Amino acid sequence: MTALSALLSHWRAHPVQLAMLLLGLALATALFSGVQAINAEARASYAAAEAVLGQDRLARLVPAEGTARIDEADYVALRRAGWLVSPVLEARATLDGQRVTVLGVDPLTAPPQAGVGALADGDTLADFFTPPGLRFAAAETAARLEGVEPADGLPPGTVLTDIGIAQSLAGAEGQLSRLLLWPDQPEGLRPWQEIAPALRLEEPDAAGDLARLTDSFHLNLTAFGLLSFAVGLFIVHAAVGLAFEQRRSMFRTLRALGLPAGQLMALLLGELTLLALVAGAAGVALGYLLAATLLPDVAATLGGLYGAPVAGSLAIRPEWWAVGLGIALAGTWAAGARSLWRVWALPLLAPAQPRAWARASERALIGQAAAAVALALAAFALAGWGGGLVAGFVLLACLLVAAALALPVLLTGVLLAVQLRVRGVLAGWFLSDTRQQLPGLSLALMALMLALAANIGVGTMVASFRLTFTGWLDQRLAAEIYVSGRDAAEAEALRAWLEPRSDAILPIWSVTGEISGEPGAVFGVKDHATYRDHWPLLAAEPDVWDRVAEGRGVLVNEQGARRLQLSLGDPVRLPAGLELPLAGIYSDYGNPQAQAMVGLERFLAAYPDVPRLAHAVRVAPEEAAGLRTALVDEFGLPPDRVTDQAEAKRFSLQVFERTFAVTAALNVLTLGVAAVALLASLVTLSGMRLPQLAPVWAMGLTRARLARLEMLRTLVLAALTAVVALPVGLGLAWVLLAVINVEAFGWRLPMRVFPSDWARLAGAALLAAALAAALPARRLARLAPADLLRVFARER
Amino acid sequence: MSARAPILEVSDLRKSYVEGEERIEVLRGVSLTLETGCSLALTGESGSGKSTLLHLVAGLDAADGGAIRIAGQEVTGLSDAGRARLRRDAVGLVFQQFNLIPSLTVGANLAFQSRLAGRHDAAEVARLADRLGLAGLEARYPEQLSGGQQQRVAIGRTLAARPALVLADEPTGNLDEATGDAVLDLMLELVAEAGAGLLMVTHSPRLAARLDGRLHLSGGRVAAA
Repeated sequence: MTALSALLSHWRAHPVQLAMLLLGLALATALFSGVQAINAEARASYAAAEAVLGQDRLARLVPAEGTARIDEADYVALRRAGWLVSPVLEARATLDGQRVTVLGVDPLTAPPQAGVGALADGDTLADFFTPPGLRFAAAETAARLEGVEPADGLPPGTVLTDIGIAQSLAGAEGQLSRLLLWPDQPEGLRPWQEIAPALRLEEPDAAGDLARLTDSFHLNLTAFGLLSFAVGLFIVHAAVGLAFEQRRSMFRTLRALGLPAGQLMALLLGELTLLALVAGAAGVALGYLLAATLLPDVAATLGGLYGAPVAGSLAIRPEWWAVGLGIALAGTWAAGARSLWRVWALPLLAPAQPRAWARASERALIGQAAAAVALALAAFALAGWGGGLVAGFVLLACLLVAAALALPVLLTGVLLAVQLRVRGVLAGWFLSDTRQQLPGLSLALMALMLALAANIGVGTMVASFRLTFTGWLDQRLAAEIYVSGRDAAEAEALRAWLEPRSDAILPIWSVTGEISGEPGAVFGVKDHATYRDHWPLLAAEPDVWDRVAEGRGVLVNEQGARRLQLSLGDPVRLPAGLELPLAGIYSDYGNPQAQAMVGLERFLAAYPDVPRLAHAVRVAPEEAAGLRTALVDEFGLPPDRVTDQAEAKRFSLQVFERTFAVTAALNVLTLGVAAVALLASLVTLSGMRLPQLAPVWAMGLTRARLARLEMLRTLVLAALTAVVALPVGLGLAWVLLAVINVEAFGWRLPMRVFPSDWARLAGAALLAAALAAALPARRLARLAPADLLRVFARER
Repeated sequence: MSARAPILEVSDLRKSYVEGEERIEVLRGVSLTLETGCSLALTGESGSGKSTLLHLVAGLDAADGGAIRIAGQEVTGLSDAGRARLRRDAVGLVFQQFNLIPSLTVGANLAFQSRLAGRHDAAEVARLADRLGLAGLEARYPEQLSGGQQQRVAIGRTLAARPALVLADEPTGNLDEATGDAVLDLMLELVAEAGAGLLMVTHSPRLAARLDGRLHLSGGRVAAA
């Protein structure tokens, strides 16, 4: 206990250092566990979506490839033949002005595993299917809708109701999405394939398409969480290292007084564990707040990008607390391992060497340089020959760690080179003293460099993407109006009405199915200048549009072509046995799945039953607004059925901006953590600086001037760090654009550079450094002479 | 002491510190005079106010009352910047702990204060290095030197700036007797050569006896030596 209280007395004497250590660890844990909370919430939502109506446990009959819905007649025929099947309709509809997914079920025929009975049984059963019927939704969704009751087990944004009511709400009378198969069917039934040949069997799927589809998005988020955590760990490493260094003579005294080395190690490990648990708990709580703040944006992104329903509110999950505390403990132990080893190896009779730490660091510089070169070579090798998303992230890690390790080496080299050239005595002292401070500051500077590089890299990636995306939208959304009928008859009437009032009506008709084995969608495309002049082709045969129009070729989107490793001329297998050579590849951002385009005639011949509801309408731009109003007036179309070009672009850009809102927030937070790291190191070092500053003060420099020099020192180091961060950030951007995005999403974007953004970021870095340096500098400027005099009296 | 112009005049100097709720009077009206080219030993038991007096004369701290004049210039009323200028231009300090700048080489340490004061003379620094037995050690760092060598660097650093008044706080207190004697011999010789005044704090009556005069402090007052 005596030894423990001696060890802990250090923290009582250095409360700011303790606060910085706890803050660093708490922030690191907060960023990591915040991201984990978002991922866990999203995955829980996917699981709820997959499990609704027991889809993860029940086999089902779905429309065969090339058709979107099941005809209700097929269901009737199967029931009459004795098959125990239950109809489900899943469709988008507008309720109370909000777009929701309507899930229609039949409680009378639903298998018990679907869990529908719990929602509507006994007295409520009649109410359930008698219009207006009962409607159920997750509590969060129900709160936003009138006449909808809250129920468990439903994903957000989904309203469960009777099948007939759902068909009416979605304008899908006579149509079904799937038929749930009871696990035990009567024996001797006529095969369902004979009764309903337009259907196919889908086995229960516990993993879930959404989980697979969104994996890369979550992997990206996790990578950012880990990066933020790593930056935070630099603070912990620096704070623990300095605390151990400051207590070196105390450790020696305790050992000399008879405390066994093992016991000292155990006490120090216990101290680290205690600190980790306290800061980790605070970090997990902070992470919860962070996740709760960011989750609505993530939910909107996942909804917009993948159609994945994610709740906008956060549940507290015990496993997430455990992971948060676990990572805080592991991180603290990892950060303190080197310091613990140095205590273990501490020679009892070693003389006090004020520069021993600096000298050890000089030796370490050589090792660091060697490790940086090795990691850089590994990064080059991975960039040249690596493959897959994991290899991409390993490449990213190699690049960042190599740069972080190289930073002190580069800074030392630059400072030494300048020192050899300067003439002024103060400049010479300033540079030599700055070099001596580097070991104490290098971890914080590494954190700053990583944060800046991440900001430059991700900023470049997002800005490049935005520029490409905006240009792509202009090409892709060339039509003035997009209109969709609620059913086939209305769509037919729309076409007839629009024919004399527009320049062209371009169908947007599609079927889902497999494209060369990959799930995707096939669109029929009309031969029109809209496509010939605007479509964003990345690669194409010379007469691509003729080939497509004549049904001699197919276009595939970039991500599909990459995933299927298709080159021009390769055969592409489409649903319903259609096979065509690849005539062109087009960019298709924001869509995770493969997509193909076939000439309209060939398309309709292959998929005659395709729903013909949606259309793009070409009209003179000045007539677009009037035509849209007329369409709404004439057909009474709800707003979501008619969209003009500007609205469509606005929506797409909104989805885009939200997609990167989370990464932008994490970027800012990471930079904030780096600033805290710098502050932590400077505050801790400021107490150790006096013996170096007092003689210079005694020789005629004022405290104010010394404080200004201390401030300048931090700014110079931050500026040099920003200079090093620039190429690292651009390297990071290249890896994100050319490797990670291609592997994760299937599209490669041209890299653009934005020097004005760098200037802004460098300004932010200098401001952060100035703020971090301001507190210790102010303390120095106001330090009582008596405190400086103690240096000479050796009372310290 | 001969009747030369005074380099240092201290009259009725007072200084106190507050520790907790207690006010501790460290100097209670100390007066002294030191002529140019003369040396004076300040002796007294621990806590008698020797170092405090030296620090006030050096402009490292501000007095509560009384007056200090160095080469006729009033020091006690100077601002922080004025006192810094005084330390740079008029006085030189030698500390018990050497207080060299660890990040600079011996050569850079030797030249540091003279360059700071704008009175750097490379030939003089080289001569001093030679006289102090430091020739050939200029490229080393302070930690690579013995205690005696480090104190000689500190003396050289001070004298290279050619101060009118050298203030030394137990300059041999960290050295063994033989080394301390050698270092003191050198310092006295070089200070005499430079024609500067020397005020030296020491515990040792033996060392004090080697200076021109001696002033004994007791309880913050000048006592009979």
